[in-house]
Amino acid sequence: MTKREKISSESVSSSRRDFLRSATGIGLGATLFSFAPASVFALPGTRKVVVVTFGGGARDEETFMPGGQGNIPHLLSELIPRATFFSQVINRGILGHYVATASLATGAYETFNNFASVPPDHPTVFEYFRKDLRRPATDAWVVAPSNGFGRIGESGNRLYGAGLGAGVILPKRLLTAALSSGGTRDYDHLLRDSYESPLYSQTLAGDAQELHRVGEILKLSVDDFTKLARSSASPDELSVYVAHRLMQRLAPSLLWITLHDMDIAHSGAYSLYLDGIQRSDRLCADIWKMIQSEPEYAGKTTMFILPDFGRDSDSEAGGNGFQHHRTGDVRSRTTWMMALGPGIRENVIVERPVESVDLVPTLGSLLGFSARLSSGKPLTEIL
Amino acid sequence: MPITPANLQPEHFAKYPPEARELATRYVALLRDLPLAFLPLLLRELIEYDWKFPAERRDLDRQLSYLAAAAPSERRAMFAAFAQLKLPPSLEETDWVNAPAGFSEQLSAFLWASHQIDAFRTAAVDYVQKLDAATPPEPLPMRRLGIVLIGQGVAPGNGSSSYALFRKLRPHGVYFNQVDPHNGMQTVLDVIAGRYRAHPVAFDHWYIDGGAAESLSNGGVSQVSYQALGPVRAALLDRMQKLAQTNTMGPEAMSAALAQMKPEEVGMSGDSVLNHFQVDLLTEGSGTQVFSTTFVQWAAREALRRAQPVTLFARFAPRQRERPLSELLAGNKPNELDPQGSLIDGDMGGYYTWLNMQRLSGADKSSFLIWFEGRNEALAIGPSLVAGTQSGEALNLAQIFSRIV
Repeated sequence: MTKREKISSESVSSSRRDFLRSATGIGLGATLFSFAPASVFALPGTRKVVVVTFGGGARDEETFMPGGQGNIPHLLSELIPRATFFSQVINRGILGHYVATASLATGAYETFNNFASVPPDHPTVFEYFRKDLRRPATDAWVVAPSNGFGRIGESGNRLYGAGLGAGVILPKRLLTAALSSGGTRDYDHLLRDSYESPLYSQTLAGDAQELHRVGEILKLSVDDFTKLARSSASPDELSVYVAHRLMQRLAPSLLWITLHDMDIAHSGAYSLYLDGIQRSDRLCADIWKMIQSEPEYAGKTTMFILPDFGRDSDSEAGGNGFQHHRTGDVRSRTTWMMALGPGIRENVIVERPVESVDLVPTLGSLLGFSARLSSGKPLTEIL
Repeated sequence: MPITPANLQPEHFAKYPPEARELATRYVALLRDLPLAFLPLLLRELIEYDWKFPAERRDLDRQLSYLAAAAPSERRAMFAAFAQLKLPPSLEETDWVNAPAGFSEQLSAFLWASHQIDAFRTAAVDYVQKLDAATPPEPLPMRRLGIVLIGQGVAPGNGSSSYALFRKLRPHGVYFNQVDPHNGMQTVLDVIAGRYRAHPVAFDHWYIDGGAAESLSNGGVSQVSYQALGPVRAALLDRMQKLAQTNTMGPEAMSAALAQMKPEEVGMSGDSVLNHFQVDLLTEGSGTQVFSTTFVQWAAREALRRAQPVTLFARFAPRQRERPLSELLAGNKPNELDPQGSLIDGDMGGYYTWLNMQRLSGADKSSFLIWFEGRNEALAIGPSLVAGTQSGEALNLAQIFSRIV
């Protein structure tokens, strides 16, 4: 990192920290590090983890800055006071949603084509978890927004890979399969698989077999699933419902949910981007409430929330502000992460720069597996 | 054997349009001396020379002339950072002379994947800064003026909104909350006509409308409207759908295919320079095909960046509503408008238009006015106004213009 980048990343972090301090009365993690390590609160091996990522980052201007706070009331008032908040999470990889989310899941910067249907090169967190801890396939799941995320559950790494990954549910693809059996209609919204390139609508291949397989797992009929979709405002709402069913039916120890509504920012409509942020804010609070209300999860689940990366700043001439994440500027590379749950210190801000690839080794330390091929480092502040 | 910059010959530019070919041939000695990580990006601009705006032509001429006059050692220093980037042989083997846009897409993907994008970005920023310092822009014929209207029905149904307009612009100008809206639109059109009469140069005055454009008394003003482009948008969406249905190309290939579309392929005739610009708005802009608010913001940005006009008037109109999932599944419904969302989009679009004006020469002397059409709220920015203030004076638009123009 150059000196200029370092200073700029720190200023991004500082503005976030200053606002959080004033808004929530949060203290600095550094002042608490002399206290007993959090591991004294560590729970026995029943621990579960839910990771929520935002595909399509939300900028500070629309979230943590004073003008944006109205968009994230649930994060600010319900979740951050319970969380350890990392205010400077840097993503040094490719800023495309599939490849970046795959990098989050492997703890290594993947370099494949963002729009290609390929598995990650490095082992995923699901493979480390299942192989090291000898966990069954039903214990690790991904609920992801679009067809492009179909291969995220399992890498192409020869030491891991086949048969060791997570089950992946793509609710939009299921819905396409469900609808295709009931006649044709205008489902253009569903067919928009990726907001990153609105010029390009990859056709969602609805797989009837997959639909029935997942229906069996979730104990949800095709009719019920379709009815549910009819009452959902957005694909993310559908994803969260599916995740909830998974929690109720299989109670996986490792559940990864990727929200994507806010990425409609690529369409250039600022108001729709704000709607997406507000919905994600509400859904994060809903997921936390689900965790607290489900006996298999209450009191033993750590939740992580983090955007995959940011978006371009208004001051970057090469970009078009909130619309894209193409410049690779500091704002688009710097984001945040919060962790909350038993054993995690509450009301704490960690200012030091960390990287988005640090998530997987941190999960490894929490759950007891080794992320041996990850380039990240465990975040000691929450271990 | 692949072409390298060093072995470029005039005949390699045989497929270029006439003026672009002449320019490339004239500067072929210079082009041979440029690194591959930079040269196709320059050719991407050069190959479009025949359809460039006068300001773009001036910039390209100035850049080539400056580089050609520089000593070889000086040129090597300028491009050292680009030359140090490591490119794969597969990129060198592409037809970067005739398809520089395709090369750019592949270069971008490779730089991201090889973690060289930051080094490239630094090199590009340094290069532009050096170039700007060495080739200062010519003085403007008149002070630049930007006008934005959030208009034509962009408002909630009941006519009121709790949304605080101009929040991002208020620190930079005077917020007027007692504007007399009477005859406001005509005042704006009169100001534009007057400026064209004072400086009647093609592409120096622009009017962009997100709905149906008002008729201008002067035909010399460059005019673009979302509604007028309706048939072109339909033809383009049809083409995109057909390409998507083949399911054989990724987004980069799709972008490259659309970028090669000619105005006549989507039924356009008339001014070829303006037509190429309009096709670019729809093929290169993201969301411009679907949302009129996005179209206006992007069109204003591109007009400012490329044509560098002294007068730009952008008027936002209501965009179509994004339907929720539940509604889509209930079946087809008539497409409705989203006035409240459009108000927020237009407000942000106005802010971005001002920001983009600030990136042009003479920004410190430029003026800007944004008005919620038909309402009492406006904001003005100009050298003679006190930034971050509010005025409760009862003024009409002509009186506000008199303070900034």
